[in-house]
Amino acid sequence: MTQLDYILQQIVNAVSLGSLYALVAVGLSIVFGVLKLTNFAHGDVMMVGAFGVALLVGVGVPFPVAVICGIAAAAVAGFLIERIAYRPIRDAPDVSRLLTSLAVTYIIENVGILVFTSSPRNFPLPAFLNTSWELSSGAITFTSINLLTIALTFVSLLLLGWFITRTTTGLGMRAAAEDMSAAQLVGLDVNRLIIVAFIVASAYAGLAGILWAAQAGVVQPQMGFTPLLKAFVAAIIGGFGSIAGALVGGYILGALEIFIVAFLPSSISSYRDAIVFAVLIAFLLVRPGGLLQPNREIKL
Amino acid sequence: MPSAPLLQVEDLQVNFGAVRALKSISLDVHAGEVVALVGANGAGKSTTLRTISGLSRPRGGRISFDGKSIAGMAPSKIVRLGVAQCPEGRRLFGGLTVADNLRLGACTRTDKDAVASDSERMFGLFPILKQRLKQLAGTLSGGEQQQLALARALMAAPRLLLLDEPSLGVAPLLVRHIFSALAELKLQGMTMLLVEQNIKLALDLADRAYVLRTGQVALSGLSAELRDSERVAQAYLGAAT
Repeated sequence: MTQLDYILQQIVNAVSLGSLYALVAVGLSIVFGVLKLTNFAHGDVMMVGAFGVALLVGVGVPFPVAVICGIAAAAVAGFLIERIAYRPIRDAPDVSRLLTSLAVTYIIENVGILVFTSSPRNFPLPAFLNTSWELSSGAITFTSINLLTIALTFVSLLLLGWFITRTTTGLGMRAAAEDMSAAQLVGLDVNRLIIVAFIVASAYAGLAGILWAAQAGVVQPQMGFTPLLKAFVAAIIGGFGSIAGALVGGYILGALEIFIVAFLPSSISSYRDAIVFAVLIAFLLVRPGGLLQPNREIKL
Repeated sequence: MPSAPLLQVEDLQVNFGAVRALKSISLDVHAGEVVALVGANGAGKSTTLRTISGLSRPRGGRISFDGKSIAGMAPSKIVRLGVAQCPEGRRLFGGLTVADNLRLGACTRTDKDAVASDSERMFGLFPILKQRLKQLAGTLSGGEQQQLALARALMAAPRLLLLDEPSLGVAPLLVRHIFSALAELKLQGMTMLLVEQNIKLALDLADRAYVLRTGQVALSGLSAELRDSERVAQAYLGAAT
């Protein structure tokens, strides 16, 4: 394998991992934008999407249909979480809201464990997603799930870009993220915006959960925790609350993680997460507001 | 005026926690009138406007617009009824373009053709906005931002325009430009309730004025009468009347 092939291979891996982080981080930022709430339950919405697909395929539903249903289930879960848990405490102090968000996470995860047990179960991938192609006579391997992840992320983020720059509701979401009172004064219905934000963010989380489970090959009730933590880092790098920032942060984090493992000696690269967080801290010392300061520039 | 007022505020009381921000405010604005609210800092001018718009909840009293009670109503519903506010400090969406700010100003409307002709009207009133359409609102100068804030509020096609400190943070030359635009709106028949620190500007534009002091109406009357009144100055300084 030549040096160039190896680098190309790592770039594909980085874009694929970064896509997953971006998908999750975008949802976190959307919700934070309108509600100024860190929604820890976002990771569990991923789990809902992945489990939905696993269960439906298990009873014979074709995979693409199951994916659409899984995304819809995640969107519904997000809607219900807002309605039941967050709306009653919307005007409560930040600490109460943060604790509520943690409580929702634990409730969903524990219900998941009660129903499905905490042992991982197989995530059924259809044969056409379980193939891989080799380029330069075996030097570079593309797995079809890697390519699907990149392609679906690309398409769904284009859709999101259209939504937040072209539709009144999408513009309204960004306006509310910048200045809630001003948004109310132009006549935007804040309740409606918050509901839409949760549904959109959760649909993206559902898609991310499905792709995450497909790459891992398993689903498990606590599967959302690690990606949530990573997406949180990505969103902060980009500037929390900024949708474009979350996107950029996701890809930066994905690249950082892959390249640390790929290009550093294994004695160092085994400290991957420690290095990532050290970089985050150093970065925040220089730019406390993240890469794109929200309130000043939210573009896509 | 013989007809019922377009906006009627009676004995309005607002608390911020334990602090009483408005003790008792009563005022009315008739269709076609420009009414000024003047008074020192902390007199309750902005709180009055915020409460009319639904951002603050009244503790007591009544607010009716066009005969309908709007006290405690959601802000978006109040805008839909026809009350738009151009808030203090402009409060633009700085990360959105000028065009998108204007578009959101009209977000309560479904009459597309009328919205389009209203944008044209805004470009007539504030020509600079047409050149800046694709620019982010946050990159405009203070005076340009104030023009955009006014235009954004007008895009809601309000029957009553609430203006909170339109001269604040705007260069003197542009203040004159803003107030000549307001005078033009007045000629077109726009009903306005204006909060303004600069009492001379306010009284020159308004037909009538209310002088607020510590959450109450200290004095009211025709602008022409108040302009020469010593009691206005006294009310400002907080001297006993």
